[in-house]
Amino acid sequence: MKISFKINKEERLVDVDGNTPLLWVIRDILHLKGTKFGCGKAACGACTIHVDGKAVRSCSMPIKMVAEKKITTIEGLSDGKLLHPVQEAWKKEVVPQCGYCQPGFIMATAAMLDKIPNPTDEDIDQNIINVCRCGTYYRMRKAIHLAASLMDKDEQ
Amino acid sequence: MSNNMNGTNKGKRLSRRKFIVRGGLGSIGLLALGSCVFINPLRRSAYGISESLVLPYSGKGTEANLWFEFTTENTLIFHSPKVEMGQGIFTGYAQIIADELDIHIDQIIVQAAATNTGILDRFTTGGSLSIAQLYKPLREMAAMMRQMILNEAANKLNIGKNALILRNGMIEYTGGALSYAKALEGVKDWKLPKKFDLKSNSEFKHIGKPIARVDLEDKIVGAPIFGTDAEMENMLHATILRPEHIGSKMREVNYSEAEKMPGVVRVVEGDGWLGIVAETFSEALAARRKVNVSWDIPKIWTEKDLRAYLKVGEGKRMVTQKEGSALEKEDEACISMEFSSPIGAHAQMEPNGAVAKVENGKAIIIMSTQSIGATQKSVAKALGFKTKDVNVVAKYLGGGFGRRLDTSHAVEVALMAREVGRPIKYSFTRKEEFQNDMFRPPTHHIVKGKMAPNGRLSHLEHHYASGDVAINSLLMPPAMSKMLGTDVGAMRGANVMYGNIKNRRAVQWHKTLPFATSFWRSLGLLANTFAIESFIDEMALNHQIDPIQLRLDSLAEDETQTRIKKVIQLAAEKSQYQNELQGNRAMGFAASIDVGAPCAHVAEVSLINNVLKVEKVTCVFDCGLAVNPDQVKAQCEGSIIMGISAAMHEKMGIKDGRLYPINYGTYDMALMKHSPKEIDVHLIQGVDDPLPVGEPPLGPIAAAIGNAIRRLTGKRLTDLPMKLA
Ligand code: FES
Ligand code: FES
Repeated sequence: MKISFKINKEERLVDVDGNTPLLWVIRDILHLKGTKFGCGKAACGACTIHVDGKAVRSCSMPIKMVAEKKITTIEGLSDGKLLHPVQEAWKKEVVPQCGYCQPGFIMATAAMLDKIPNPTDEDIDQNIINVCRCGTYYRMRKAIHLAASLMDKDEQ
Repeated sequence: MSNNMNGTNKGKRLSRRKFIVRGGLGSIGLLALGSCVFINPLRRSAYGISESLVLPYSGKGTEANLWFEFTTENTLIFHSPKVEMGQGIFTGYAQIIADELDIHIDQIIVQAAATNTGILDRFTTGGSLSIAQLYKPLREMAAMMRQMILNEAANKLNIGKNALILRNGMIEYTGGALSYAKALEGVKDWKLPKKFDLKSNSEFKHIGKPIARVDLEDKIVGAPIFGTDAEMENMLHATILRPEHIGSKMREVNYSEAEKMPGVVRVVEGDGWLGIVAETFSEALAARRKVNVSWDIPKIWTEKDLRAYLKVGEGKRMVTQKEGSALEKEDEACISMEFSSPIGAHAQMEPNGAVAKVENGKAIIIMSTQSIGATQKSVAKALGFKTKDVNVVAKYLGGGFGRRLDTSHAVEVALMAREVGRPIKYSFTRKEEFQNDMFRPPTHHIVKGKMAPNGRLSHLEHHYASGDVAINSLLMPPAMSKMLGTDVGAMRGANVMYGNIKNRRAVQWHKTLPFATSFWRSLGLLANTFAIESFIDEMALNHQIDPIQLRLDSLAEDETQTRIKKVIQLAAEKSQYQNELQGNRAMGFAASIDVGAPCAHVAEVSLINNVLKVEKVTCVFDCGLAVNPDQVKAQCEGSIIMGISAAMHEKMGIKDGRLYPINYGTYDMALMKHSPKEIDVHLIQGVDDPLPVGEPPLGPIAAAIGNAIRRLTGKRLTDLPMKLA
């Protein structure tokens, strides 16, 4: 079936089986490789993107569900020139090791900060539930707090 | 501290045969030492090897195995024989090169060498050795290149070398500057300098500094740098159907229905596997569900079977440590405790897979692998090609942890690609990952000891049973395993490190399990240290001795023992170690030494509403020279969190004869909420050169947590993962 949506501010139209997971449309049809495949069963968060501003695990969302919606992937998180404050914070804290899980965490964090601009440690524990095998959680937590304060400054 | 960096390295002479020169702009290769360096020390000391030896780097022996290439844009490409899987080694390499070559770090590109560059690392990326092994060869290489650039520039400019200053990739002289690339332009006949200077440690501008990772930006913008991101034109996608039951084999298979599914291009029958090739990955997966298979299942394994099969007293016995005398069987003063650890999964985030193209008698394989050379060989063999006709291109790895030392699936993709005649990308599903891992073997331990009247340990014995770690792996050919008689991987951390305990024994009981087990970050170290260090803690508690004092008293005086002591003392000091319970919190202490790098952890654990949580870990680690202290700390943090995961969460089991669970979530792992909010790492430079970093800090973590739990609850938890009933 034909499905149109907006991804990273661009209008796109794809013609695929409506049950195809959004992840594979993003990775293999639109060739945006920043969104990762980790488990395919909504269990790891490597594939996290935004649909209408909310964090979604794209491996478990059929493409037909996003018709006429607005999708943002890691490639579209920043405005193209400057890094998004979450990325900026990630850079400052030198968070990534292997890096594979990082886009998913960054997307999950950006969506959380949209809802909860100044998260407590408890908020972070409850909302950031992706998996990082390299164990970068300790730096991530610092980066999340830093991102919150960077965004705070941006607002002012 | 002895330092051979000052003075003696000036005007270093190297055998000219160590270098070969290759064409192109500024391309130059270094032929490192001989090819047999690995085997000899191994034969000499099977015991010593896992304790202290940093094996010298060795490439293939006849080919250059470090390669520098200058581009016309004045950028240096270093084709690294080692791959980047998160350890931060590419950054370390760039720092080393920048210092010796007087080039700006931004002018250096480090990339994994494809096999068609002629660069091959026989010994894979693993063992935490990548910086430790290459530190010297890489410095020599860069220093020699610098000398060559200087010589060429002096010729070209007709200015004396003393009047030239090399800085940031430029040769500066009165009235002008020349880029390295310009200086190298047109040079056909390289003259290898007889002498060149290595910098002294005090001259380092990059080595020893916490600079940001060179791959940082790529990794936060989601750049397509991983094996699984690779694409080829006209590429198809594949999935593979494999046996699920332990030890089972495909008996009959009917895929006529699968072949008719949308998008399916071909079903390929392999040796024990079935490949489904389709236009898209989703279509391949959907078609796989339509395959009808019957299996030969010789035995439905249970966890109980496995426990009975793998235990101390069963299998091949090998004494790996023998000092003084053994404990008498009937000795009443002897205390004995049992410990165990479960099967562990690697669970690296990027699933295994590869993209392969086979055309006109040549193959290209793009993938994430820790074993580039072995992959190239096995693919060539399977296709009947010459090795050189297979080019393996390694990308960034989305985690390795030992899982990608075996990448035999490269053969399967290559065979499918040849049969179908189009490039194919194959990816494991997560279920496939969990059921076909090369697991961390389960272990069983009996530790026995005896306290002398003077409050010191007089005896300590560690009997440990393990499945394969190094044995049967592609790194340990059968002949070598036989020669050693022991599994050197399972042995990591198994021998008692305390030199002042006069009577020490370590005895290995080895068995090969009915499913594949192999290298998992730190190998036997985590479980072995858990057993020994928990036992020592229990002895201290039983005899009301300070556990730190007991450890210090148990150490002898030589250099290594003194380095262990220092780590222990500093950890006690920095953590302000308290032996008593502090409200709902307690501290636990443990230490270990692995590949010559001692580490001590103090874990602060809380018990709130019957939930255990590691609140803080203080880590003291003697890593030798830290080329990048920030990345060494990152490795400590990662080891600690992965260790918490193994110590308190992870366990693969067996259900209906299959390995289980098959996904994240059900395979319980440490998440954000389980990670300590404070990790306080202190690095000590006990030796002048870099030591292996990625694994030693995993050693003491489980024991440190267990020792804290003992103080919190009064219970000694002896089985990993540690859970309150
Ligand atoms: S790939 Fe989507 S949650 Fe794991
Ligand atoms: S950085 Fe490797 S999995 Fe998170």
